[in-house]
Amino acid sequence: MALSKIWVLAEAADGKVSNTTLEILTKARTLADTVECVYAGADADAIAAVLGAHGATTVYATGDLSGRLLGVPVAAAIADAVNAGNAPDAIISATSYDGRDIMGRLSVKLDKTVITNNVDLEVDGDSLVTVVPIFGGNTMVKTKFTAGGPCLVLIRPKSFAAEESGGAAAAVAAIAVPDTGATGAAKLLNRHVEERSGPSLDEAAIVVSGGRGLGEAEKFTMIEDLAKKLGAAPGASRAIVDAGWVPYSYQVGQTGKVVKPTVYIAAGISGATQHMVGMKGSKNIIAINKDAEAPIFSVCDLGIVGDVHKVLPALIELLNAR
Amino acid sequence: MNIVVCVKQIPDPAEPGALDPNTKTLKRDGKLILDDSDSYGVEMALQLADAAGGGEVTLVSMAPNNEVSGLRTALAMGAAKSVLVSDPALAGTSALGTAKVLAAAIKRVEGADLILTATESSDGYTGTIPEQIAELLGLPSITFAKSISIADGTVSVQRQTEAGYDECEAPLPAVVSVTAGVVEPRYPSFKGIMAAKSKPVDQVTCSDLGIDPASVGWAGGGQEIVLVEAAPAREAGEVIEDDGTGAEKIVAFLDTLKVI
Ligand SMILES: Cc1cc2nc3c(=O)[nH]c(=O)nc-3n(C[C@H](O)[C@H](O)[C@H](O)COP(=O)(O)OP(=O)(O)OC[C@H]3O[C@@H](n4cnc5c(N)ncnc54)[C@H](O)[C@@H]3O)c2cc1C
Ligand SMILES: Nc1ncnc2c1ncn2[C@@H]1O[C@H](COP(=O)(O)O)[C@@H](O)[C@H]1O
Repeated sequence: MALSKIWVLAEAADGKVSNTTLEILTKARTLADTVECVYAGADADAIAAVLGAHGATTVYATGDLSGRLLGVPVAAAIADAVNAGNAPDAIISATSYDGRDIMGRLSVKLDKTVITNNVDLEVDGDSLVTVVPIFGGNTMVKTKFTAGGPCLVLIRPKSFAAEESGGAAAAVAAIAVPDTGATGAAKLLNRHVEERSGPSLDEAAIVVSGGRGLGEAEKFTMIEDLAKKLGAAPGASRAIVDAGWVPYSYQVGQTGKVVKPTVYIAAGISGATQHMVGMKGSKNIIAINKDAEAPIFSVCDLGIVGDVHKVLPALIELLNAR
Repeated sequence: MNIVVCVKQIPDPAEPGALDPNTKTLKRDGKLILDDSDSYGVEMALQLADAAGGGEVTLVSMAPNNEVSGLRTALAMGAAKSVLVSDPALAGTSALGTAKVLAAAIKRVEGADLILTATESSDGYTGTIPEQIAELLGLPSITFAKSISIADGTVSVQRQTEAGYDECEAPLPAVVSVTAGVVEPRYPSFKGIMAAKSKPVDQVTCSDLGIDPASVGWAGGGQEIVLVEAAPAREAGEVIEDDGTGAEKIVAFLDTLKVI
């Protein structure tokens, strides 16, 4: 059995569709006969080809929403379309900042439950079953929607591999954003981008992350040096992001980035469940921790029980000598 | 400046989590504590009320068994009073149902200018409840706040993004969700702990809030857990004591992977 129609909330920046959107589209087309996108932005024409190549036949575009936060206007637009009879069986979004805002608002408007943090989806009869990892990913919970569509689903990044379907460019259609009055009065005034060096956490083949075991903020340079040497992206545990050693954009884990590189190196990171859900899918994991009992060792391929202040400098030196 | 802070009371995260074999949801029957994630909202509220030259911070919580220990912690930090919703009918309530209950409880607090939540709870982490509350109350909202300031009836927020942050603002009243680690939550003083014992806790049930029990709980959720299973385990790798050759072992491993 397949569903008849799924809508995927498409996200893009500077005309580039987010990887997670393409991952979700790839999965959605195995679940439903028709996959369409809803896109909050004025440049739908620029992304219609990529969305189509991943299985979307139509993209409903809101037009320019710059200066606004997306939750209220996009949820209102979708709710109006659904109530007007154009209802998909499921609406799927990435567990992103805007995705959560939109789906939270939409769940109230449609009075439908929204299930978050999913890493997989299955069709059971005419309903949808979601898969959520708990306890750091060692247990999976499957939940079925029981109240009919639209089923509202938020998917974690990197849950699926994006693949092209060979589809033609999606047709671009308009979706009307109603007046949202005072509820929609929040304004986005200015964007600030924090510069970070090297490859992005999302795309790097190697990620080198540091945690509280580094001891002090200055020691994060060891992580940066090693990352530079390996062409890797530097990452971090939340402990040192909260401590202000590195910006939030470095954070790996449940509330940070999900990474799946070829190699993940965790230095001075204990392996809390919330960190593990962000990196457990890496192909190879190397851990350096002075505590042999640290949970990170239960998921690593190579574990060094040792002091980061000895192992990291030695490692950098060996790599420099090559 | 009157501020409502939603605070969740959760099982101590230091204890290993367990599922109830019957309901397949997290066990919440033991003693509960203040969710660490919400201590930032409480601290932020106290600082904002201070900066505004006064006003009350009111806590709102939904928890089983009339649990108050987490509320007492936040009252000891300096919140003035609290509303606690506790009702057997609420067992198994979904995120949307929880938001309906919290929104109804917030309406009991008169003259709230600002409603704060955490961006996500430590044990549920759906992260959708702040927006759901805002929609139910018909209020504007800004999520993932790193910093908050208030002037002239407007709340200004630095909202965390993938790449940095956005400067946002909304007219009050509004709902704002606060990210963890952005302020340093104060430790309750001895005086605060003593004072907390006599601060008012307005205990209410679904019927006090005019909530139909059928719209919450297991039945009202529109979802059903069908299976809980162990994830495929990662094969255990090699863990070795560093005898001075740890770095060499890493290089050798990276060599076999052909990434250097
Ligand atoms: C709702 C919620 C969401 C969260 N989201 C995230 C998230 O997205 N990402 C995340 O990372 N965390 C997250 N956390 C926090 C998480 O629970 C942990 O607190 C955090 O990951 C711990 O970071 P850490 O491993 O650096 O620090 P610690 O747990 O303190 O571990 C430090 C480790 O360093 C080791 N060490 C100390 N000195 C040395 C040395 N000289 N050499 C070698 N090893 C040494 C210690 O043995 C220890 O294992 C979240 C928590 C909550 C409640
Ligand atoms: N039962 C509850 N009582 C009070 N506040 C809650 C409750 N559940 C969730 N919240 C608030 O909503 C935020 C997001 O929760 P969640 O959607 O579970 O991640 C939490 O961090 C709290 O601030």
